[in-house]
Amino acid sequence: MFPFPKKKAAAPPAASNVPHPLIDLRDIYKIYQMGDMEVRASDGISLQVRRGEFVSIVGKSGSGKSTIMNIIGALDVPTSGEYILDGVDVSEMTDDELAEIRNKTIGFVFQQYNLLPRQTLLENVELPLIYAGMGRKERTERSLAALERVGLREKYKYFPPQLSGGQQQRVSIARALAGDPSLILADEPTGALDSRTGREVLDFLKQLNQEGNTVVIITHDTSIAMEARRVIKLSDGKKIFDGDVKDYAAIV
Amino acid sequence: MLQSFRLALKSLAGSKLRSFLTMLGIIIGVASVIVLVSLMDGMTSYITDSFSDLGTDQISVSVTNTDSRRVEPADMYEILEENEGLLTGLSPVVSARGAVRRGSESLTATSVTGVSEGYMSIGALTLQSGRFLSYSDMKSEQKVCVVGTYVAQTLFAGEDPLGQTLKINGEPYTVVGVLGEKADSEEGSSDDCIYLPYSSAAKLSMNSDITSYTFTADSSRMEMAQAAIESALYQVFLSEDLYTVTTLSEMLETVESITGMMTALLVGIAAISLLVAGIGIMNIQLVSVTERTREIGIRKSLGAKQRVILRQFIMEAGVQSSLGGLLGILLGVALTAAASSLIGLEAPPSLTAISASFLVSAGIGVLFGYMPARRAARLNPIDALRSE
Repeated sequence: MFPFPKKKAAAPPAASNVPHPLIDLRDIYKIYQMGDMEVRASDGISLQVRRGEFVSIVGKSGSGKSTIMNIIGALDVPTSGEYILDGVDVSEMTDDELAEIRNKTIGFVFQQYNLLPRQTLLENVELPLIYAGMGRKERTERSLAALERVGLREKYKYFPPQLSGGQQQRVSIARALAGDPSLILADEPTGALDSRTGREVLDFLKQLNQEGNTVVIITHDTSIAMEARRVIKLSDGKKIFDGDVKDYAAIV
Repeated sequence: MLQSFRLALKSLAGSKLRSFLTMLGIIIGVASVIVLVSLMDGMTSYITDSFSDLGTDQISVSVTNTDSRRVEPADMYEILEENEGLLTGLSPVVSARGAVRRGSESLTATSVTGVSEGYMSIGALTLQSGRFLSYSDMKSEQKVCVVGTYVAQTLFAGEDPLGQTLKINGEPYTVVGVLGEKADSEEGSSDDCIYLPYSSAAKLSMNSDITSYTFTADSSRMEMAQAAIESALYQVFLSEDLYTVTTLSEMLETVESITGMMTALLVGIAAISLLVAGIGIMNIQLVSVTERTREIGIRKSLGAKQRVILRQFIMEAGVQSSLGGLLGILLGVALTAAASSLIGLEAPPSLTAISASFLVSAGIGVLFGYMPARRAARLNPIDALRSE
């Protein structure tokens, strides 16, 4: 569906009338030195994601999908290559600059929920808003609204360990939504859940996409990958498939 | 800021026992600094008070008479006359401690001192009744005495002591005056005293050699007065080893420097315990950073910048040590009160010690919390998220 991105020499898309892609990875290399061995966790990956897409990045363990997820999530920077997130080059940013980018543009949904167990649900959801420097009143309102969206507003005073896994994952989605990010990045969002609650979470992510959010799921599970509208498959640090889910279904 | 303060309190409350044990070092350190400084302050001011009761315009002279070089009271009075204006008074001082009796009553701790008629103003004495010793008493070695209120009350209970006799080492003395109350009329206080003519006292103590004198001088020119006496004595003795001339303020300075040194020493020891406590805080904060690596990873992934994490952990260490400091202050003040009432020493808790030890303890938390906090702030979010 999408052509391969042009070579690195391509002019920045600023002059064009077409809005720039939300995620623009250009020839990304991530190389780890393991003793004498050089491990290419990302071996020249280029990909683009436009606003409003629902993309899954699928691959076995060791395929480089975690590396790509870290780079897309601005948790890490590539060894070489450019990453333009929402029109901003983040590939050579400092730790603090990346933190700000994550805070403003990305909502994370992790496999292990990653909620702070000693903070209430409200406090957990408020966390990114605190780091964004938002005032108390607005913060509380938005956090409660986000909890409302995942159906847990009444439990805002609870602590995460008092909830089931599915509920905790919904809290983490609420936290991802609270800051109104450009991208929702979900790393194995159903990995720790049974199939029924996993289903619920997937449906919820779908619904968020239908409401206009850009959603990227990272998974090793082909069946989950096929819930998305577009699939990118990685293997050995390279992109080996990128296209519509129907085309992907045809190969599997 | 307020936010991170609340967070810090919450995190400390999450592990109460550990926080308390970590704080214990600070608590003990701060409490001991306060107790030691307060008690030493109390002691110093007790000593200086007793000295200034004696009067800071006094100069004590003690001489060692030899066969060929000696000074007599008459020589000393000459010095006084030669320095009129500078020196204002003189009295020989003869200590003749001895058993004081009247009938079946006896006193043992009473100070019996031989002085001249000029001692009344030197010792800032007042009279309650009768008269003080006179020049003719000295001349004719009269067996008369003036007594303090404690002696008057104990030996002459209910009677008028004037004209009565008491025995000092068996010798009868007639009471010619009763001094005004100086302290609290207790045994051993400055009201437990008897003054005799110095000539009689010298005889009583079986030592006709009078070696101690007390001058008074213009208090604004003490050093000059001291020098004048010294030079006069040097002309007689031709050796500085045979006499000493000391002012009370000089002695006071010596005492103060000794107690000051002791305070510094004790506070130094207490400060070491604060240092150890600081290391304890650092240790616990390092453990805490390791344990909470995942939490730090979550916070960083959600957009916490390095300084936010840094502030959070420094705040925790600072709050912990300040809290310890506050508890230490409470403990220290309580212990000071208990100790001072036990010893019977007036020792108000030292405000300097309180504020200094609080600042130091808060500072220790921040200082020793910095290293662990920086380690936390610099954690890589990916590694931090992966940790269990």
